[in-house]
Amino acid sequence: MKRHAFNFKGLFTAGALFAAFGLVSSCGDGGNAGGGKSDSTAKGSSDDNTVIGAGSSFDAPLFSKAFAEYTKANGLMVNYQSVGSGAGISQLTNKTVDFGASDAPMNGKQDSAVSAPVLHVPVTAGAVVLSYNLPDVKDTLQLSPAVLADIFLGVITKWNDPRIVALNKTAKLPATSIVIAHRSDGSGTSNIFTTYLSKVSDAWNTKVGKGSSVNWPAGLGGKGNEGVAGLIKQTPGAIGYIELAYAVQNNMAFAKMQNKAGNFITPSIASVTAAANITIPADSKVSLTNTEAADGYPISGFSWILIYKEQKYGDRSQDRATKLLKLLSWMIHDGQQFSGALNYAPLSPAAVSTGDAILKSATYDGKPILQ
Amino acid sequence: MDTSVENGSVTRSDLPLRVINSGKSMIAVNARQKIRRSFNQIRAENIFKRSLVIIGLIMVVLVLGILLTLVIQSLPSIKSLGLKYLWGRVWDPVQDIYGAWPFLLGTLLTSFLALLISIPFSISVAIFLGEYYPKGWLPNLLKNTVELIAAVPSVIYGFWGLAVLVPIVRNFETHIGVEPVGVGIFSSSLILAVMIIPYAASLGRSMIQMVPSPLKEGAYSLGATRWEVIRSVILPYTKSGLFAGILLSLGRALGETMAVTMVIGNTSLIPKNIFSPGNTMASVIANEFTEADKPVYLSALIELGLVLFLVTVVINLIGKKIIDRFTNE
Repeated sequence: MKRHAFNFKGLFTAGALFAAFGLVSSCGDGGNAGGGKSDSTAKGSSDDNTVIGAGSSFDAPLFSKAFAEYTKANGLMVNYQSVGSGAGISQLTNKTVDFGASDAPMNGKQDSAVSAPVLHVPVTAGAVVLSYNLPDVKDTLQLSPAVLADIFLGVITKWNDPRIVALNKTAKLPATSIVIAHRSDGSGTSNIFTTYLSKVSDAWNTKVGKGSSVNWPAGLGGKGNEGVAGLIKQTPGAIGYIELAYAVQNNMAFAKMQNKAGNFITPSIASVTAAANITIPADSKVSLTNTEAADGYPISGFSWILIYKEQKYGDRSQDRATKLLKLLSWMIHDGQQFSGALNYAPLSPAAVSTGDAILKSATYDGKPILQ
Repeated sequence: MDTSVENGSVTRSDLPLRVINSGKSMIAVNARQKIRRSFNQIRAENIFKRSLVIIGLIMVVLVLGILLTLVIQSLPSIKSLGLKYLWGRVWDPVQDIYGAWPFLLGTLLTSFLALLISIPFSISVAIFLGEYYPKGWLPNLLKNTVELIAAVPSVIYGFWGLAVLVPIVRNFETHIGVEPVGVGIFSSSLILAVMIIPYAASLGRSMIQMVPSPLKEGAYSLGATRWEVIRSVILPYTKSGLFAGILLSLGRALGETMAVTMVIGNTSLIPKNIFSPGNTMASVIANEFTEADKPVYLSALIELGLVLFLVTVVINLIGKKIIDRFTNE
């Protein structure tokens, strides 16, 4: 009996030691907290016929269609995980994926976290539209940047505010209060929208600022496009922002926005592509919001694929790097044909040529990969 | 535990009986076999006991590990924000200002409001099923339905809440003259109340069924009515069990994420009244974790998890104290 008791005690000690060890080693991993979502897939990617990407959920429907077509034609498997732009960037930072995808260019803090230069390749463009629930208003609502910012700042609170009426002279605007709907989850859509508001309104820029999640001065939050759309559909007098593709697919009413040139533009694939037809800097990290283009919709933005400039890192083979670059090159040329049907805006010619130049600058062991 | 010891002693004590009945040469063999068998049995029991201890320890280690991970991962935020984090009223990821107060308030408001709404229902169901109609097809149907409530995934509650409950609440809000948005603390409390009823109800039902009948019969024989029996025999006898069930419901309400996120309105502003939109700690984490692009931001979200963990622990400790007091009386 005594022996048993002793064993029991020993077992207890062993268990405690084991536990302590487990904790310490898990805490070591805890240091790079950003990689919370990273998993072992990259280790499993020694198979050079599968490339792995992660990031933007906005890009996911386009990618799954385009990559499936590419697999049929070229046999290369592409495993894309739609985990959100921020998580995609941190997975690229941790080198657990071959490419990341993001609706916003990497910010200063993210740039300083990566060990090597990262290339931004524009891959598609999307728009954020203002959808509203005003059953009595038959015409399309028209909004100017200043009015939009004041609505979202909570300064304009009634639909029959003189400033809204001045923009919509023929519409029968009700005296109800405006209910604002915004995204509650961090998202690239919010980023494009708040970037736009920061550009057009000083008050917004100083009070709220831009980002994937901001401190909204007023309104209700809904999770995802469907959450915001649900709030808008249900609440009379609501206005909120959602992705163009989602609004089109769900037949939601959306407003015309006045752009920088003063024209009221209906958001559409054509007007988003037009917005991207501007001088694009060599690194392509440009926000299309408040575009200079006269017929461009002002609340639009690129989505980028992110890769390391030097493709030789870890135990990557040249074969793998070449396959990845060929895939991306195909994506910005032939892959664009799938955009229209899925309500994505195809890249403008200017964006494609910038993307080409960026892809050609990628190297393996110092030598260019694409000729 | 008792029975296994009894079984062990039975094996050993039946040896002499066999010894008397069997032949001489068989005695030794048989006895040896019996002895070996009982030793094997003891060993098996020890192994069983040990594996129980190990599994128990794993649970403890797991909880401590989660706590430690939360603490370590929230260190950057604790360092840069300090204790002010707890009562800060602004949550602004753009300027790196993080205050958990609106979410702490939202979590406590929704959970306790939900508890208040659910208690009459869960206690009634428990008394009805435990005392009035313990058997029959209708009580069975009711019992299974209540248990089914616990089995429905929370996203379905959220969806139902958004599609059905929120318009009703909005209508109600129009009548009482508050801003008719529908979503908010009140809607999420209603959803939570429905979700947590089964926990208190099933525990309460089994406690009420376990009240010894001599107690009840005694009360009846003294001329007590059914209501008097329930009030002065059943409820006092089962109050610690009922309270434990309520505590279980509260724990569930505190941590519920998906359904609440869909109907609470998700705003970082401090709720003005119970009809205002708000946010809870769990839903903020669910909403913002994937796109938290700055180290301090991520760490502040993890610290929110730590606060939620500690709030749950504190409420459970208080609950245990109250149960202890009930039981000692």
